[in-house]
Amino acid sequence: MVTIEDYGQYETAWCPGCGNFSILEAVKKALAACQLKPYQVLFVSGIGQAAKAPHYLNANVFNGLHGRSLPVATGAKLANPDLTVIVESGDGCNYGEGGNHFLAAIRRNIDVTLLVHNNQVYGLTKGQASPTTDEGFVTKAQPEGVASAPFNAVAVAVAMHAGFVARGFSGMADHLSGLIQQAIAYRGFSLIDVLQPCVSFNKVNTYTWYKQRCYPLADDYDPMAWETAVKVAAEWGDRIPIGVIYRNNRPSFCDRLGRGRLVGQDVDRERIRKIMEHFA
Amino acid sequence: MVYDTVNIVVGGEAGQGLVTIGQILAKSLVRSGYSIVVTQSYQSRIRGGHNTFAIRASAHNISAPQEVIDLLVALDANTVKLHRQELAPQGLIMADEASGVSDEACMNVPLKQLASDRYVNVAALGVVSEVLGLKEEVVAGSLRDLFGKGDPTAVKENREALRFGFQWGREHALTNVELTPISDAPAPERMMLNGNEAIALGAISAGLKFYSFYPMTPSTSIGLSLASWAQQMGLIVEQAEDEIAAINMALGASFAGAPSMVATSGGGFALMVEGVSLAAMTETPVVIVVAQRPAPATGLPTRTEQGDLEFVLHAGHGEFPRAIFAPGSVEECFELTGKAFALADKYQGPIFLLTDQFLADSYRAVAPFELGRVSALRPGAAEGVAVSVPYGRYAVTDSGVSPRLLPGLTEHLVVADSDEHTEDGHITEDLSVRVEMVNKRLRKGDGIRSETVPPQWQGDDKPDLLIVCWGSSKGSVLEAAATLKSEGTQVATLHFSQVWPLVPEQFLGRLEEARTVVCVESNATGQLAGLIHRETGFRIEHPVHRYDGLPITPEYVLRVLRQ
Repeated sequence: MVTIEDYGQYETAWCPGCGNFSILEAVKKALAACQLKPYQVLFVSGIGQAAKAPHYLNANVFNGLHGRSLPVATGAKLANPDLTVIVESGDGCNYGEGGNHFLAAIRRNIDVTLLVHNNQVYGLTKGQASPTTDEGFVTKAQPEGVASAPFNAVAVAVAMHAGFVARGFSGMADHLSGLIQQAIAYRGFSLIDVLQPCVSFNKVNTYTWYKQRCYPLADDYDPMAWETAVKVAAEWGDRIPIGVIYRNNRPSFCDRLGRGRLVGQDVDRERIRKIMEHFA
Repeated sequence: MVYDTVNIVVGGEAGQGLVTIGQILAKSLVRSGYSIVVTQSYQSRIRGGHNTFAIRASAHNISAPQEVIDLLVALDANTVKLHRQELAPQGLIMADEASGVSDEACMNVPLKQLASDRYVNVAALGVVSEVLGLKEEVVAGSLRDLFGKGDPTAVKENREALRFGFQWGREHALTNVELTPISDAPAPERMMLNGNEAIALGAISAGLKFYSFYPMTPSTSIGLSLASWAQQMGLIVEQAEDEIAAINMALGASFAGAPSMVATSGGGFALMVEGVSLAAMTETPVVIVVAQRPAPATGLPTRTEQGDLEFVLHAGHGEFPRAIFAPGSVEECFELTGKAFALADKYQGPIFLLTDQFLADSYRAVAPFELGRVSALRPGAAEGVAVSVPYGRYAVTDSGVSPRLLPGLTEHLVVADSDEHTEDGHITEDLSVRVEMVNKRLRKGDGIRSETVPPQWQGDDKPDLLIVCWGSSKGSVLEAAATLKSEGTQVATLHFSQVWPLVPEQFLGRLEEARTVVCVESNATGQLAGLIHRETGFRIEHPVHRYDGLPITPEYVLRVLRQ
């Protein structure tokens, strides 16, 4: 019987009141609920405040480069499909530096859960605009206000028929934990864009700001209906939908390849000899 | 005329099928018992332009290309224009009558009478093979192996075209460029393969299970070979969205226990560089092949150069150990790939193979590889590794090598971090731990250094002339040295098949004893000579450099030395 205690409790480097705390708890709770033992889980993260999260629980971890968690997670999952692989990093890491990998992971439908801590700002580097920062947001790096339009990752993922697309809110931790459980269980690529306040550098999109806007999707919402999902995914502003926005039954990348575990496999020299015969 | 060694150049536009003719001819020569060296020279285009497929064939063992052409197979008139001055005095040109070449050395073949448009190349192949004295059934066998599985009409037409080609050659050839016949004893079993194919074979023999790549000339064919074997060998070969993804995927796969490799060329490697540093910091094994081509930037995409030694040596921010192999032959491509996997696994970090377009594409006749010479990795098979509890992925040891467990295979947690980390892999800013970890990583360099492949010495002791070289120029340098020796020069060669680490005890005495030392390199600045100077203080005064995109040939070395 796996409990949340198996995932430990550690001192963090986060600001008091940071949305990361409740996301971390939601993750641990979901893992315990899925009855996964820490050694069966691999967290891959990049760089940023969110990317430190895997250091604060018990599991296997590969804390790599900024923006590059998805390729690492892809390689690890392909090498050992028995691992539950979760990528945990921020909006800058996944949607900015790693944008190309985000698109490729959706296309592959690699069986990895991507948990994006989206606080619409860069925290670790102290307050510059991120790809999801709203237009007009003023920072020291964008003193005249952000001129670029924000990246709606959920809408992009739905448009690309990603396997599983959800949005959560750190202020609704139980709901979020439920989303994470579903994402882990999903056999394919699952995105959870998690809205969270940054208490130090985002004075616009605060806890209250999100709390007033986020609403859970109705119980009879059908996430398999793509055209509706496209509309729901585009919703942003006064009301922000929370929940599983879209899912489908595409085969996962591992299932398509059907290779099984690469790790621990023998080298069949007889087959190599056969291959060499083709060169004769 | 009968030749011991003959240089055949097939030239034409991209898309005319000259590589197909070249490959069948080369394979037929190998099957007839000859030694070959193929040089492929092509432009960065799919149609038009001018490409060549040169086969130097010999009844003796050869390992270098040749500039002078004995038999020029011109698939267009432009080929004659471009290569006439390279033709030997007794040389022969073979061209299609329709291309209107007027030259006393030219044998104009009425190809269109011998075969319909689609099969004229095979008719030309028949004529050439007859002129060389090859047996028709051998060439027919090579042709069948390449096209035999196609549409039966095409197979039949090809065979007919070949027959007519041979027949025309027998009846009308101006002169023959005949190779010395090989004795009738059955030829030893040999394969025809190029440097990239040998690397791919070396990799699967060493236990490669995961390969990710983004296509880039001249490295791409490594991935194509591996992809064609992926199912039967149980590999995953994944074309990544970019080179950054390629190396990070390989690191993820390797972290989880699949021996991994990536291959690219200079520009793609530039994108991978942060990943090289990540491999070093996370202590994740990875083999990185850099098949060089002329740069900066896009440079000459399809030509050859050895311009990235310094780049590969210094690639990656921070200080960490590495090894760089530079195979000098197809056989060395196989063996050193095996060695690269072994070192990457043992010392847990990035290990490099530095090749170039010439070697990557150069077909040779080689004996089947002895698979027993490459030990096959199977990480995860022996999870009984003794580890202290709680397990620390980066446990500090005398050798710097920490016992490596794989995530998910035991109850121990494996934590790897690109940040500076404690022994258990977690992020730290404890500066004394930092110093301890730097020292631990660098200690692995001592082990790597102790396994350095010494440079290969050949020739007279204390020579008047010592020719130093590295990587793919080996064969040309050896042949140039043999020529000089036959002319009475006391000469020796020193070939580096590993260019980092350099271990002065392995070669400095040799440099000091020679009267004159030259260093042959396919670059403009003498990168190996510079590195030797940095590491030993010994300055090699005489450079032989080539950086026009063509491979070093014996003639080139001799021309420069004689100036």
